[in-house]
Amino acid sequence: MTLDTVAVAQTTPDNVQPFAELGLKPDEYARIKEILGRRPTSSELAMYSVMWSEHCSYKSSKVHLKQFGEKAPKSDALLVGIGENAGVVDVGQGYAVTFKIESHNHPSFVEPYQGAATGVGGIVRDILTMGARPIAVMDPLRFGPADAPDTRRVLPGIVAGVGGYGNCLGLPNIGGEVTFDETYIGNPLVNALCVGVMKHSDIKLAKAAGAGNLVVLYGAKTGGDGIGGVSVLASETFGAGGSTKRPSVQVGDPFVEKVLIECSLEIFAEDLVVGIQDLGGAGLSCATSELASGGSGGMKVALDKVPLRDPSLSPEEILMSESQERMCAIVEPNKIERFLEICKKWDVTVTVIGEVTDGDRLEITWNGELIVNVPPRTVAHEGPVYNRPLAQPAYIDQVNSQKVNVPMPTTAAEIKAAVLKLAGAPNLADKSWVTAQYDKYVQGNTIQAQPDDSGMVRLDETTHLGVAISTDANANWSYLNPYQGAKLALAEAARNIATAGARPLAVTNCLNFGSPEDPGVMWQFAESVRGLADGCLEMGLPVTGGNVSFYNQTGSVAILPTPVIGVLGVIQDVRKRTPMSFKVAGLELFLLGDTEEDLAGSEWAFLHGVRVGQSPDADLAREMRLIELLLEGNAFFAAAHDLSQGGLSAGLTEMVLRHNIGATVSLANPAIDLLSETPGRVIVAIDASKTSALEALATKYNIAISKLGTTGGESLTINESVIPLTQLRETHTSTFPRLFG
Amino acid sequence: MRVGVITFPGTLDDRDAARAVVAGGAEAVSLWHADADLKNVDAVILPGGFSYGDYLRCGAISRFAPVMNLVIEAAGKGMPVLGICNGFQVLCESHLLPGALTRNSDLHFLCKDQEIEIINNATAWTSSYKPGEKIVIPLKNGEGSFQCDDETLAKLEDQGRVIARYVGQNPNGSRNLIAGITNERGNVVGLMPHPEHAIDELTGPTAQGLGFFTSILNAMVK
Repeated sequence: MTLDTVAVAQTTPDNVQPFAELGLKPDEYARIKEILGRRPTSSELAMYSVMWSEHCSYKSSKVHLKQFGEKAPKSDALLVGIGENAGVVDVGQGYAVTFKIESHNHPSFVEPYQGAATGVGGIVRDILTMGARPIAVMDPLRFGPADAPDTRRVLPGIVAGVGGYGNCLGLPNIGGEVTFDETYIGNPLVNALCVGVMKHSDIKLAKAAGAGNLVVLYGAKTGGDGIGGVSVLASETFGAGGSTKRPSVQVGDPFVEKVLIECSLEIFAEDLVVGIQDLGGAGLSCATSELASGGSGGMKVALDKVPLRDPSLSPEEILMSESQERMCAIVEPNKIERFLEICKKWDVTVTVIGEVTDGDRLEITWNGELIVNVPPRTVAHEGPVYNRPLAQPAYIDQVNSQKVNVPMPTTAAEIKAAVLKLAGAPNLADKSWVTAQYDKYVQGNTIQAQPDDSGMVRLDETTHLGVAISTDANANWSYLNPYQGAKLALAEAARNIATAGARPLAVTNCLNFGSPEDPGVMWQFAESVRGLADGCLEMGLPVTGGNVSFYNQTGSVAILPTPVIGVLGVIQDVRKRTPMSFKVAGLELFLLGDTEEDLAGSEWAFLHGVRVGQSPDADLAREMRLIELLLEGNAFFAAAHDLSQGGLSAGLTEMVLRHNIGATVSLANPAIDLLSETPGRVIVAIDASKTSALEALATKYNIAISKLGTTGGESLTINESVIPLTQLRETHTSTFPRLFG
Repeated sequence: MRVGVITFPGTLDDRDAARAVVAGGAEAVSLWHADADLKNVDAVILPGGFSYGDYLRCGAISRFAPVMNLVIEAAGKGMPVLGICNGFQVLCESHLLPGALTRNSDLHFLCKDQEIEIINNATAWTSSYKPGEKIVIPLKNGEGSFQCDDETLAKLEDQGRVIARYVGQNPNGSRNLIAGITNERGNVVGLMPHPEHAIDELTGPTAQGLGFFTSILNAMVK
C-alpha cells in the first residue's frame, strides 16, 4: 500500500482517480486540479468530495438561501448570524440563546434507532460548540401512512433513538411533531432541534487564530463508522488489504457525549479555547478546514496522531470518518496543561494533533509525509455553486383549479362522528405513546412540553426569564402553494409561542425536499425559501440558521415540500405564562380570528384522500396584530390555544381533555366552523368579568372575536351533539397504542 | 445541615436534586465520584441519570467509585442515604438494599406523572408524610421494574420496608407495585420515581415530592 503524498501526486499527474464514485462531477474534479495546480492526493480528494457534497456545501440551495441575509429584518437581537454552527440571539439579562434544527432523514430510514440517535447527538454538539449549555431538544418527525408495515418498522426505532440518546444526555424533550403522509414512506423525516443558553461573553466561534496555537482533538476515538464513499477510494486506489466494509450510519454513544458536554463546559468556563468546532458531517475534513479558514488559513495537522478505534484505518478514511462525539479545539500553548487536566478529570481522550501556522495553507502529514496541502477556504467555503433549473410543476395549476369536494357533517350524529374521526386520526391523535418515551423533566426547568402549543424552559430561577420554542410545517399547504405554505408555517410557529405569552424573536428552519435535480422540486424549494424570507422580513424575525435536506424522494415521487420552521421567543416571567387549557368550569370561551371556508389542505380533506384547492393566503400583518393581542391579553387569559391542523374541532378536543373539564359550544355553521383550517385563529378562555377587556383588545388590534361557549361539564357539547369526555378520550388516546403496541 | 449530592459520569439529575435539597431547607454539597471524600455531609443523595451510560447493568460500575466506599461505610453507621432512580440501582448493586431494577415490562422508557402511596413514614426520608398518603411525582426510567426473590419480598413486606407503592396500573412490572424500599435500619432509601422533580407546580406535576427533602431535616433534628 503506497501512500499518495503530495510529492507522489506531483510526479504522477495522470493517475486515474475515482472522483465520480466519490460523488464529484468531472468539472468539479477539474476545478480541484486547477485550485491545486496538480492532481489532488487521495486524501485531498477525500476532503473535497465530502466537503463539496450537497450536505456540506449547500451547492444547490446557496443561491436561494442568500435571501435570508438580503431580506434580513433589522434586529438588535442577533448576536451571531448564519454561517456559524448555530445562530445566537440576545434574550436579555445578559443571556444569549442559540438554537438550530437539523435533519437526519436518510440515516434514520436505513437504521432508525442509530439514525435518530445520532441526529440528536449532532445538533446538540452544534449548540455546545457555540459555548452554550444545551437545555432542551425537540423532534419534528414525519412518517409514511400510520398503518403501513414500514412505518411500524421505522417509527418505534426512531422514537426509541430520539429518546435513548436525549434521555441519556439529560436533555428534556419539550416538543415536536408526528405527522403521517404516504409520500414519507421510504423517506421518513427526522428533524432534531436543540436549544442552549450562555452568557453573552461565553460565545465561541469556529476559528483557528494565532500562529503557534495548538489544534486539539478530544472526545471519542475515531473509527470507521459513517464513512460513505471512501471505501471506494480505498479499494480503487490502494487495492485490498485495508479495512473492511463498515456501516455508513454512525453509531452513537450518548454517555460519551454527556461527558463531553460537561467536560467542554468546564473548559469553556475557564476560557481555555480560542476557537472550537464539533466533528459532524465530513468529520475531520470539515473541522480542520472550517477552523483554518475561520482564522488566517494556516494550520498543520499530524493525522497519524489521531487516536483510532481501528488501527487499520487509512488516512483518507480518518479524514472522512463521521465517528460521533468528537470535538476539535484551538488552544493557546500556555493553557494546554489545564485543558488536558480537565479532560483527564472527565476521562475524555485528548490529543494535540497540530498547530495554527502563519501561512494560508492547511497541511496534513501522515508519519511525517505531506499528504494534504490545500487553501482551506477552497475546501470549506468555496465549493461549487449551482443555479439549478427550476420550473413550476404541472400539478400546481391542476390542483389549484379544483374545488375541495368532501362530505360535510350536517346532523348532530354526523357532527359528533366528525369530531371523533378527527380526534382519533393519526395526525391529530394523542401522542403520549411517543412522548412518554422522552424525559421532559430533567434539568428541572421545563415549564411547558408536549402537548402544549410550544415548549418552554426557564433560564433563570431568580428572575424567571424563559424561552419558548415551537416548530411547525404544514406540508399540505406547501404542496398546494409552497410560497404561502412557508409563510403560514412561520406564522403558526410564532402564534404557538405567543399563545403562551412569549414574544417571538428569531427563526430557524429545516427545509426537507425531494431531488434538487428535478426542476419542479427545485421550484418548490425556491418558492418556500422566498416565502420564508419574505415572511421573516415582514414579521421582523431574523433567520439565525438552518439546514437543507434534499433527495428525500423514492424514484420519481418526492416527499411533500416540508419546510419545518422553528420560532424562538422570550417570556419575561414564566410563572405568568398563559396555559394551553382551562382547569375550571364556568369560563367563557372565545374564538379570536375569522373562520373562512378553508378546507384545502385541511386534515378533513386529507382524511378523505383529497389534496386539491388553494391554500389560504398568509396575512402576516393580521398575524402580528393577533400576536400583540395575545401578549397583552396574557395578563388576564385563563387559557389560550392555537388552532391549526384539525381546526376548531381538534382545538376543542385538546383543550377539554387536558384537564378533563368539558365545554358547551354553540356554532352557527358547525361543519365549516369545526373543520375549516383558516389560519390566524386562537381559542381563549377568560373569566366572564374580563369580557369587555377582551372586546377592547379585539378592537384595538382589529381582530374579529366570537363567543364560542362556556367551560364545564363532562362532555364536549357542540349544538345538539353531546360527546362524553370518556368517549372522546378513548378515541383520542387509543390510536397510537393500537397501531404501535 | 449538609446534604451531599454525588455526581457520577453520566449522572443527570444532580443539579435537580441539589435544588430540591435547598428547597427543603438544607445546604447542598456537590460530591464527585472519584473523590474519597464526603466533605462532612450529614446525608447523601445518589441522583438519577445514566451513570457510565448504563451499558452494563445499571449502577454496576458506579458502585465501585471511590466515593461509594465511604457511602457504604457511613450508611452502616446510620447516615441517611437516598438513591433516586439510577441512585436506587446503585444502592442495590452496592448491596445496601436488596433486589434489582430490571427493564420495564413493556420494554419502553417511560416518563409519566405517577401516583404513589407512602407506606412507611418511619424512615429518614419519609417522615414528612403520613402513612397511606398519596402523592403524584414523575416516574422516568427504562429499567424501573423492582425484582427480588420470594424470600426477600416476604421479608421486605413483613418488616414494613416497602416505603412506597405505585397506585393503579403497574407502570413497569415491579413486584408488589414496589416504588421504593428501605434497609432494616430505615436510613437508606431507594426510590424509583423522582421527588426532586416535584418540588413546585411550575416545573413539576405537583410540589408533593418536597416531603422527602424536608423529612431529612426532621431526621437530623432528632
